[in-house]
Order: sequence, then structure tokens, then C-alpha cells
Amino acid sequence: MKILKKKDLTVSSEVKITRMEILSPELAKKAKPGQFVALMVGKNGERIPLTVVDTDKDKGTITLIFQEAGLTTRLLGKLNPGDSLFALTGPMGHASEIKNYGKVILVGGGVGIAEIYPVAKALKAAGNHIVTILGARTKELLILEKELKSVSSEIFMVTDDGSYGRKGFTTDILEELLKKEKYDLVYAVGPISMMRKVAGFTKNYKVKTIVSLNALMVDATGMCGGCRVNVAGKTKFSCVDGPEFDAALIDWDTLDKRNRVYQKQEKHICNLYKL
Amino acid sequence: MKKQPVRVREKEASKRINNFDEVVLGYTEREALYEASRCLQCKNPTCIAGCPVGIDIKKFIYEITQKDYKSAYFTIREKNDFPSICGRVCPAEYQCRKACVLAKKGLPFASEEAINIHFLERFAGDYGIKNNLEIPVKKDAKLSKFKVAVVGSGPAGLCCAGELARQGIKVVVFEGLHASGGVLRYGIPPFRLARDILDYEINHLQKLNVEIIPNQIIGKIKTLDEFFSEGFSSIFLGLGAGVPSFLGVEGENFCNIYSANEFLTRINLMSAYRFPEYHTPVNVGKHVVIVGGGNTAMDAARCALRMQKMSGRTPDTAILYRRTEVEMPARRLEIEHAKEEGIKFEFLVQPAGFTGDERGFVKKIKCLKCRLAELDNSGRRRPVPIEGSEFEMDCDLAVIAIGLQANQVLTKVTPQLKTDKYFDVVVNPKTMETSMARVFAGGDIVGGEGTVIEAMGMAKIASTAIINSLSK
Repeated sequence: MKILKKKDLTVSSEVKITRMEILSPELAKKAKPGQFVALMVGKNGERIPLTVVDTDKDKGTITLIFQEAGLTTRLLGKLNPGDSLFALTGPMGHASEIKNYGKVILVGGGVGIAEIYPVAKALKAAGNHIVTILGARTKELLILEKELKSVSSEIFMVTDDGSYGRKGFTTDILEELLKKEKYDLVYAVGPISMMRKVAGFTKNYKVKTIVSLNALMVDATGMCGGCRVNVAGKTKFSCVDGPEFDAALIDWDTLDKRNRVYQKQEKHICNLYKL
Repeated sequence: MKKQPVRVREKEASKRINNFDEVVLGYTEREALYEASRCLQCKNPTCIAGCPVGIDIKKFIYEITQKDYKSAYFTIREKNDFPSICGRVCPAEYQCRKACVLAKKGLPFASEEAINIHFLERFAGDYGIKNNLEIPVKKDAKLSKFKVAVVGSGPAGLCCAGELARQGIKVVVFEGLHASGGVLRYGIPPFRLARDILDYEINHLQKLNVEIIPNQIIGKIKTLDEFFSEGFSSIFLGLGAGVPSFLGVEGENFCNIYSANEFLTRINLMSAYRFPEYHTPVNVGKHVVIVGGGNTAMDAARCALRMQKMSGRTPDTAILYRRTEVEMPARRLEIEHAKEEGIKFEFLVQPAGFTGDERGFVKKIKCLKCRLAELDNSGRRRPVPIEGSEFEMDCDLAVIAIGLQANQVLTKVTPQLKTDKYFDVVVNPKTMETSMARVFAGGDIVGGEGTVIEAMGMAKIASTAIINSLSK
């Protein structure tokens, strides 16, 4: 649970995205693309889920990438190499189904780019033709370009403000691609608004689409049901039934609202701790 | 004149709802002596058969009357590893007390005349803790060579670990969460089971050389086969039940509708009642509705009401139950405590759905009135919704406390483990061995009543079977 390496992927004072390598030989051995860990920064802290971005079995490390949003991610950002987490457990959730689908489009939005990276790598190794679309609000939030380039046959970059790549949204590129050619799978991770839009487009083109959800969790082991989401009219738990689901079947509206349940407390506690 | 039962001392309701401190204060020595002296010391005691683990109740109560509290403690310990815990959480009025000859006959639970066996057990248990009484460890040279893995650190896991460790067996407990104790930690609130009691018992096991490793989700980080290849001789599964059931009604996923597990875990395990010192939040409702009639529903209601009180709101928490008070499976004491604290009860009411606002938060609960029909499989009268009886209640926070199902994280990746239609692990009740050789199980993961004492009873059977198999 010791942090071995830390790197700030952004320098912007407004939004901070950080990469950490954490010593956990057992997790490094077991975690597969698509899975996540639950962690606590301190003994009074929250348990939060984070996707395992990479593993190194030889060094016994896992890599996490997080954007500072609430108190816990901000406290996590304060830790340095040599510090230890209070708790780290996993690998939770189902691993991504890795096989040769054929032609795959991966869509990553914001810090969601970190989550598509392990899946892109595994899908590439399984023989898929990988096309990647990366989107962010602005240039410096567009992370892992180099890493994803190395596993993609084609890669597109978009920013909301046009500061890098094309100005616009990931879905602009997605639609152009789907219009031109037939694809076998779309895999998307990003803000709910983005995944929802992706799901809307791919439904029209009848392309199977998998998304990885970022529902709020407590234990992340199936015990609390806080992360429940309506999938095809049925209640599913993101932690044990997911975190990946068929995008076409998700009740996005409920998920979006449920993820805002503690917004007030989050703001209050961040102010209180001056973070 | 017949001696009157000794009422246990409790914190006053109006004061205790301002905090999460333990409500029942337990007997003083004088009170315990008086209560014990009411025991008739029956020639053929019926109470013992009422105890799921068969504690020699007659004997330990006699020992209390003789002021031999040490012997009383050890008498209980022959069958029950954690008397201080069971003395606090056992539903005694359905078990030993109901079987007491002094209890009025024909009632679904013990009347107040029955000896307060659980309070006497608590008294003896707390005496044992205060005086550091311990069962001597038998270091069997042969058994000391073995290593056993216990999965889960709830009542079953802790009991099994202690039993094995006292034989000199090396025990490693693998706990999924960051803190040990299972349901005793995340489920039962501190006002019902003081955390120093739980911590004492866990520390004590660690002194017996039991190693507890937190953050280990078995089935994810390790398979059962891997335990064997790492040199463990046997495995005990005390995983608990785990997954909360929901009602399956419209609007159940509105914000501020919690499972009891989530609500209680936020408050008890994550200490949300001490937010922002602790960082996990929980919402506080203006009009809270709890659905269910068991201990978990009482716990959730009393937590919700404390949260309201502690955040300066006027308490308004109601429990909805489909049957009537008499059928409620909760301990009678919890129902009484809930009432004293100002929880409202709506009997013969069944939820039919929820409505919410534009931000997705629950606003109202839709209900149906019920009547009781013939007896069902559980031996209780079946509630039947009355047509056209729909009504609504204000509800900006709801907690669903209608039970749990088995967590399948481990069983799904272990096809050798046979499960039943509820996904509970199938065991041989005589040994608690599963369909997988050298793997034993006990507690909620194998089904049953779901009480702490029953889980410990199963763990004790399993530990005996494990010891026997290793002694061969």
C-alpha cells in the first residue's frame, strides 16, 4: 500500500490529474483490465473506487490515475512517494471481456482516458484493430496520448476549447467514423454526459457499446447497494455486477442524479479542510 | 411474595438520542444476584434447550447466586466464546427466556416474568472481560503444525478462529473490509453493542496469535485453491449474507433511498455520524421511513432518529411493517427502545412505490394497507394488501431493511462449492463441511435464522470438525 512513484499529469492549478504507482504485489498479480480497487487515504477517510490503469507484476505495483474532485481525491493528491494508503482492496468488479471483436473504437473523456488505456492495450494484444478518440475540456487535461497512440491504429484528439486537436466533442468524431465504416465494438469511459451521448449515437448505428460506470460506492463489495443502477429495467450493482454494462440498457438519468447525492456535503467538507 | 424481575438500567430516552453511546447499562452485582436468585433451578431445566448452543444456563445462574462469577463465566464459555456480545444482542425472548418455566405459555416470545438470562450472561461476560479471564491454550504439538484460513471476521469467523487458536493451530483471518468484526462492526450500532467490547474480543484473539489481514476479498484476490497451495490445511468460510434485498417497487432508486446495509455501514463502519471529522457523509431526512420489522429496521430507525436529533432537526422517523407488532421479528427490547425514543410505527402497511422531485430525490412513499390472512410458511399470518387502500406519506429519506441474500463473489468463482437455490453454501450440518473437501462454512452464508449466537454455534461445530480432521 506504499506509494512508490507519483507524477502530476497536469500543471493547471484548476484541475489536477495525478498518476501513482502503488506497491501491492498481490493486486499487481491479480488485477485485470476493467477492474478497480477501493481505497482509503486515512483512517477517518471515505472508501473510494479507482480503476486499475496498469499493473507491473515484476515490480509488484499497480498504477492509479485520478483527478482531484472531492475531498478524498484531494487528500490522495497530497500523498507522496514513501507514504502509505490506509486501505487498499480489490481487484473489484468483472474484468473486461477481452477477445478479438474485429474493429473497435475506444472513446475516453477527461480522466476516463486513464480507464480506457488498460482495455485498449489488452484489446490490441487480442488482435483487434483499435481506433481511439480522446477528448478533454482543454489541452493539458488530455492525458496518456503517447501511451494510447502506441496501441492504436488511428487516434483522434478533441478539446472543448480547441486548444489541442480538433475543437468539439468525442461524439463528433465517433459519428463520422460510424458513418464511414462498420465497427464491431465501442468502448467508452468518461463523464456520464459523454457516455450517454455515445450510447445515443451507437444505438442508431447498432454497434455494441460497453461503458464503465463511476457510480458512488461505499464498500465496493456488493454489500451496500449504493452503486445501484437501472440496467434494462433491473437494479444492478455497479461494484459486483459491473462496472461495465451495455450502454444501450442504462438508465442514465437515474445514475446522473444518484451521483450528485452528496454534492452539498462534498463542498462543505472541502471548504472546511481548505482543500 | 414472588420476587419481581429486575429491570435493567438504561440511559434515559431523551438523553440517549443525542449520541450513539450504549443504551443498556447492564446489571450491577446486586441486581445480578437478585435476578439470579429468582431462578427456580429446575430439576429438568427447559431453558437450555432454548439456547441455540446449549449453554448450561441453570449452572451459570447458580454460580452467580454463589457469587462465583468466574465459574459462571467459564460455564458459559464452554459453549459460547463471546458472552458479552451475545448477552447484548441475542434475541433471548425467542430462545432461552421463552423456554424458561416462569414465562407465560402460549405467547410468541417470553413474557417479562422469565428470568433475564441474557442480562445475567452479559454480567458474567463483562466480569470475564474486566478480570481478563481466559480459557487456557492447549498447545497440542501435532495441531501446532497446521495453519487454517478463516474467511470473514464476523461472529462465525471470530468464534472459529478462537476455537482453533486455543488448540495451538495457526489461524489467519481474511477480512474483506478495512476493519474487522463483520456485522458486529458495520451493522449493529454502537448504542447496542459498545465498540470497546468488540475491540476487546478481537484484540484478545490477536493475543492468541490469530492473525487478521484486512482488505482481502477472497474470490478476487485469492481463490480457495490458492489457500491450499499456500499450505493452509483447512478453510472456514464465514462470509456472512452480504447483499441487501430491495422491494422491487417503482421509484426505488431515487436518491436518499438506502438499503439498511448502506445506511448502517455509512454510520457504523464509516462513522458518518461524526461527519466531517470522518469524511463519509450520510443524509439526514426530515421525514424518514424505514421499511421492515427486524432488528436491522430498528437499528436503522434509531440511527436515523439520532442523526435527526444530532443535526438539530425535529425527529420524525417511522417504521412501516406489513404485519402487526406481535409478528415483528425484532427483539422486543429494541421495539421498546425504539418507541421510547420516539420512533413511530405504522403497522399493516406495505410500500407500493416512491415518488420523487426533479432532482431525483425521494419525496413520498406510496403505501397500501394490509390485513392478516392465514398462516404462511414462516408460521406467521400472511399480510394481504387491501384493494383501494392506497395512501401516501411524506418521505425524503427511506431505508429498506427487508433482509439479505448471499454474496456470490466467492461462490461464483468456486464451482466446487455447492450452493442451494438461495445461493447459500450447502453444508453437512454435523460437521459444517461443504461439498469441497477441507472447506467448512458457518453463519449467514449457510442460511438459518441469522442470529449471532447461531453463527457462533455453527462455527463451533466446524472448529470441532476441523480439529478432529487435523488430529487424525
